[in-house]
Amino acid sequence: MLTKRIIPCLDVKDGQVVKGTKFRNHEVLGDISELALKYSEQGADELVFYDITASSDQRTVDAKWVKDIAQLIDIPFCVAGGIISVDKARFILNSGADKISINSPALEHPNLISEMAKAFGSQCVVVGVDSIWHKDDYYVYKYTGDEAKTENSKWRTLDWVKQVQALGAGEVVLNCMSSDGTRDGFDVKQLKLVRELLNIPLVASGGAGKVEHFSDVFQKTNVDAALAAGIFHRNEVSVQQVKEHLSENGLPVR
Amino acid sequence: MITIADTGGSNISSIRYALKRLGEDSELIADADKIYNSSKVIVPGVGAASDSMQRLQKLELEDVLLKLKQPTLGICIGMHLLFNHSQEGDVDLLGVFDAEVKKIVSTELTVPHMGWNQVNWCKDDCLLIKDIPSGENFYFVHSFAAPVGAWTVGETKYGENFSAVVQQDNYFAVQFHPEKSSKMGSQLLRNFVKL
Repeated sequence: MLTKRIIPCLDVKDGQVVKGTKFRNHEVLGDISELALKYSEQGADELVFYDITASSDQRTVDAKWVKDIAQLIDIPFCVAGGIISVDKARFILNSGADKISINSPALEHPNLISEMAKAFGSQCVVVGVDSIWHKDDYYVYKYTGDEAKTENSKWRTLDWVKQVQALGAGEVVLNCMSSDGTRDGFDVKQLKLVRELLNIPLVASGGAGKVEHFSDVFQKTNVDAALAAGIFHRNEVSVQQVKEHLSENGLPVR
Repeated sequence: MITIADTGGSNISSIRYALKRLGEDSELIADADKIYNSSKVIVPGVGAASDSMQRLQKLELEDVLLKLKQPTLGICIGMHLLFNHSQEGDVDLLGVFDAEVKKIVSTELTVPHMGWNQVNWCKDDCLLIKDIPSGENFYFVHSFAAPVGAWTVGETKYGENFSAVVQQDNYFAVQFHPEKSSKMGSQLLRNFVKL
């Protein structure tokens, strides 16, 4: 049986791993390689590296550390941050990343998704969606790495995820902004709505504060994976402890 | 020294790093004679089977990949290349293994099949799987898969069972990514290096 994936997310800013609350007020948590190796050894199924300022600063993630990570760990990893062209994606993938994740650039140029899917296969193309309830519906936000530049893309989340799947995305990471950093649990309600619309894998992101939140999201939403940052970086819970808890609750884990 | 046939797959550097972690050097080669004269060959691949096949045709590597006598390992799309035909791009392939690679079709399961899944051994005399227990998890990312046949060494269930590890004579192939499958993936690559 395909196991439920646990994915520590390393938000990278200026070459270090950082964590903020609701995408803001970032604190430095440690060195990229050190944390990548630590989670790999704890049994993480995959890692995601978000260069959180790359899109809003209009620069591309520095591929030097991508190569370092690829040499170091033996599990898959995804890189996100300012990947605005097929050529840049190719560079990151050739440096050893398994997937690239695009967020703001996909909102600017939706065809980028299909161009990348055609060039590398859908399985390499992840679309990150930063979503929050606004007035009457869930909406997708862009440039969330920088508070001053964050703006509503005007896309309704449910329309956007259908669109990205149609364009050839291989996976969606739904970052539920209202729960991000709160430690109050994943946004089960929103994830359920999105899960029903998609045939491609869906990764839950935002809100993990204790092991029960992971079993809760898998039992209630049938997402394929859960992504978390702070809970792991602050050493509150290890990946291994999450997996033991999931296993005790009858969920398939590696 | 392991020779990696230049199929253009984007997982080539990952495979080379994984071999390096085992202390094994590798070389990316697009020349038919050099591939023929090497001691071991890996056929990698990520993307679409049709793209990789076009590249093999352009580099005139089809014949040599069929003539190899040394241990040869296809990985992911590199595995598909060794089959007869793929529905992905409706393309004829090398045909070491006599079967068609087909799209994973399911109304209930997500596609691509992405993540860690168990591989159960159908045979236990294959040196590629030495010291790897049946039922271990490996990392998969694919939307097309080869059926189970006489050459199947290990199978995985995702909807239906498909071939995760196959062998015929000196040709070995795996659907998952050993270079990304943690300790068990390393063990499989180590077994290949030692063949």
